[in-house]
Amino acid sequence: MSATHADSQAGQFVSYLGNGHTWQSWLLTKDHKRIAILYLISITVFFLLGGIFAAAVRLELLTPQSDFMDAETYNKMFTMHGVVMIFFFLIPSIPATIGNFLIPIMVGAKDLAFPKINLLSWYLYMIGGTCGLIAAVTGGVETGWTFYTPYSSTYSNSAVIITAMGAFVAGFSSILTGLNFVVTIHKMRAPGLTWGRLPLFVWAHYATSLIQLLGTPVVAITLVLMMLERAFRIGFFDPALGGDPVLFQHLFLFYSHPAVYIMILPGMGVISEIVTCFSRKHVFGYKFIAGSSLGIAIIGFFVWGHHMFVSGQSVYASLVFAFITQAVAVPSAIKVFNWTATMYKGSVSWDTPMLYALGFIGLFTIGGVTGVVVAMVGVDMHLHDTYFIVAHFHYVMVGGMVLAYLGGLHFWWPKMTGRMYHEIWARVSAVLVFLGFNFTFFPQFLLGYMGMPRRYASYPEEWQVLHILSTAGATVLGIGFLLPAIYLTASALKKHPDAGMNPFGAKGLEWTIPSPPPTENFLEMPVVREEVYAYAETEEKALVGH
Amino acid sequence: MSDTNTMAVAHPLPEEHVAHQFHDAQQQYESGNLGMWLFLLTEVMFFGGMFGAYAVYRAWSPEAFKLAAATTNVPLGAFNTVVLIVSSLTMALAVQSAQLGKQKRLQLMLVLTMIFGAAFLGVKAVEYSEKWHHHHVPGLNWQWEGEGPREVQILFCLYFAMTGMHAIHMVVGFGIMLWLLMTARRGVYTASYYNPVEISGLYWHFVDIVWIFLFPLLYLI
Amino acid sequence: MTHHDQHGHSQGGVHAHISSTGMYVTIFFVLMICTILTYAVSTIDLGAFNFVVAIGIAVFKASLVILYFMHVKWSQILTKLAVVVAVIFLLILLLLTATDYTSRNWLPDQPGWEKHQVLR
Repeated sequence: MSATHADSQAGQFVSYLGNGHTWQSWLLTKDHKRIAILYLISITVFFLLGGIFAAAVRLELLTPQSDFMDAETYNKMFTMHGVVMIFFFLIPSIPATIGNFLIPIMVGAKDLAFPKINLLSWYLYMIGGTCGLIAAVTGGVETGWTFYTPYSSTYSNSAVIITAMGAFVAGFSSILTGLNFVVTIHKMRAPGLTWGRLPLFVWAHYATSLIQLLGTPVVAITLVLMMLERAFRIGFFDPALGGDPVLFQHLFLFYSHPAVYIMILPGMGVISEIVTCFSRKHVFGYKFIAGSSLGIAIIGFFVWGHHMFVSGQSVYASLVFAFITQAVAVPSAIKVFNWTATMYKGSVSWDTPMLYALGFIGLFTIGGVTGVVVAMVGVDMHLHDTYFIVAHFHYVMVGGMVLAYLGGLHFWWPKMTGRMYHEIWARVSAVLVFLGFNFTFFPQFLLGYMGMPRRYASYPEEWQVLHILSTAGATVLGIGFLLPAIYLTASALKKHPDAGMNPFGAKGLEWTIPSPPPTENFLEMPVVREEVYAYAETEEKALVGH
Repeated sequence: MSDTNTMAVAHPLPEEHVAHQFHDAQQQYESGNLGMWLFLLTEVMFFGGMFGAYAVYRAWSPEAFKLAAATTNVPLGAFNTVVLIVSSLTMALAVQSAQLGKQKRLQLMLVLTMIFGAAFLGVKAVEYSEKWHHHHVPGLNWQWEGEGPREVQILFCLYFAMTGMHAIHMVVGFGIMLWLLMTARRGVYTASYYNPVEISGLYWHFVDIVWIFLFPLLYLI
Repeated sequence: MTHHDQHGHSQGGVHAHISSTGMYVTIFFVLMICTILTYAVSTIDLGAFNFVVAIGIAVFKASLVILYFMHVKWSQILTKLAVVVAVIFLLILLLLTATDYTSRNWLPDQPGWEKHQVLR
């Protein structure tokens, strides 16, 4: 990215990109925007790595026999795919990139509350990710990303400890990011920016941060106990030593279920912003969307046992968890209804971010609904650990979260870089992603329903057609992911910024400052006098303070 | 959405050490405090996982736990409890000294806190070596002649995990106290800027609270 | 050192509550008494109540440290909320996990549904 004095729109300041060109100015930066870019680059690298593992999995599944690789190698492929995608891509994705970039701007501040801790977060993430890389090259892990004991603590002969260390350290990166966001949102809002005027993107990140703070430490200590058990052969979770493996699952899943909400809530925040902008309308039911973010965060802590229906957990506990799981779907459904209602009688346009948002709404709904299906204990008896579950979570995590991530990247790309990407290529990619995704994962619902177990390298011959379809879809999906990497990078390499301050005509504090923004964000401290999403005419807008 | 009028803000005084992202010392103070409280919240959940494991295994094998608890050195544990509470008092007085701008008293209280912290760690070292001597260290030199070796072993694992994690936090706390002392000697903390002292105090009190729970759970009942 | 509870000021500065030395020392002595009490009660056999009393006193001691040593009594609502939230979520972890362990033995006596043997 070349950033000369020509970057300044007003002509009197240097953008954050031009403010220093040495490696120290980037690697020792305290500017939240530069840290966001550091995260963006590293997260993209890990996404690519996770994608390579996925490609290996799909390649093996083209044929019914375990012929391309043996079962143990296959186990390593899907484990590393899960570990990398969850801990080093999905959990940081939107918060660490777009969130880091935008939260201070959206609340009208110069930076986050603790800039040095923000930089520390990135270094912790890199250390964690490096542990994951070391694990990958020293033989990999084949326990499944869930590290269930006693296989992980006693019997596995793979790089369990280094991988668990990677997840542990990355977890602290996540905790510190959440801490920074909560303090910033509480304490650093500009004058006039009441909670009722906060963008829903900020509400979503607030809820996400609560989960990060409350849940991540539990998985941290659980991984420590598992590593101690493995290193010293002491009994916490190994039944041979008097321990209970189900206890590991309780403690691990106390975090890992809310973790999926860490992954999806920021995406929902992005969708709220995109849908209002490209419907040119105030969001329908602002309070309900804001409240539902908190609802998802809180209720999400009460449902982890729905991953354990077949683990040996008491059936009475399973019933409690199943019942509450039905409830957690409600706030998500509220959001889907409200986004749809926002579009109703709005002026909808088909820009790339909106294409991703529409894809999100449809695919997340399918994923969410299938989650409710398997939340029923009787159904889960048959569907647990089948491809139905695999399809369910990929619909919400890829069809939902990754689409939201791409949509958000495209929406705020002109703000972050000051340059517009090639719109036609962008729309083509969005369509490819949508089509590729459905061809990859819809067959997996069918496979799972018919009984194909997950984490198996071989399967009965009659299912090969569906698997070939799935792999073909995955190839299209991969192309759909590769194209943005190319055209977005190409746009960033343009010599001069061409995007303007507000290319989409959106409402929000971030669209009132130059693209790319100056290091201090605002040339003068903003005072907020308008309601949020003040798109519609007359009666919806309340001008306060005049 | 924003009306970019310039806001009139009072400029922070140099001795308030206000970082550039904050408007004034009060915002910085409140943010720092909230940040430390949120971190302590994560620590509650961190130790909470181990308390959860303790609760489960204790409920399963209450007799085994009694046997194991009988081997702990209650007088040393009680001494350590007293020592930590005294150190909390001196830490609280250190914060108060900073609030009142009393430099010498602040330094004295920090030194006392460190002395008591070191005493705690010293006693812990004695206890651990006692356990080693009796072959009560799981995974390293475990031998148990009494009843229910598997279940007793689990309690010892929990004992070392919980007190060990607590001790690590004490060591970190000691390091923080050392840094506070060094900066206090340079006169950095005044009545208008004592955030680091206060938030370090919060951390220290939290570590004390964890031990307030560990003592009865591991030594007494 | 004989300041009674007051608020600190300086120009601009920071508005915070300052407690008196006497208050800190008083709380310290209460904590000492509670510690002695904890030990004393543990020497008497009250069966299951030993656990309840011990934890109860520990909770009381922790509350004193939180309210007075950590100044939560005079803190903003947000700080108090953070403390309450921490306790609540810790309880969620403990209690919901307990629903599994306490109800595992409720299943009827049937072959294949052996109850968990409580080992000694």
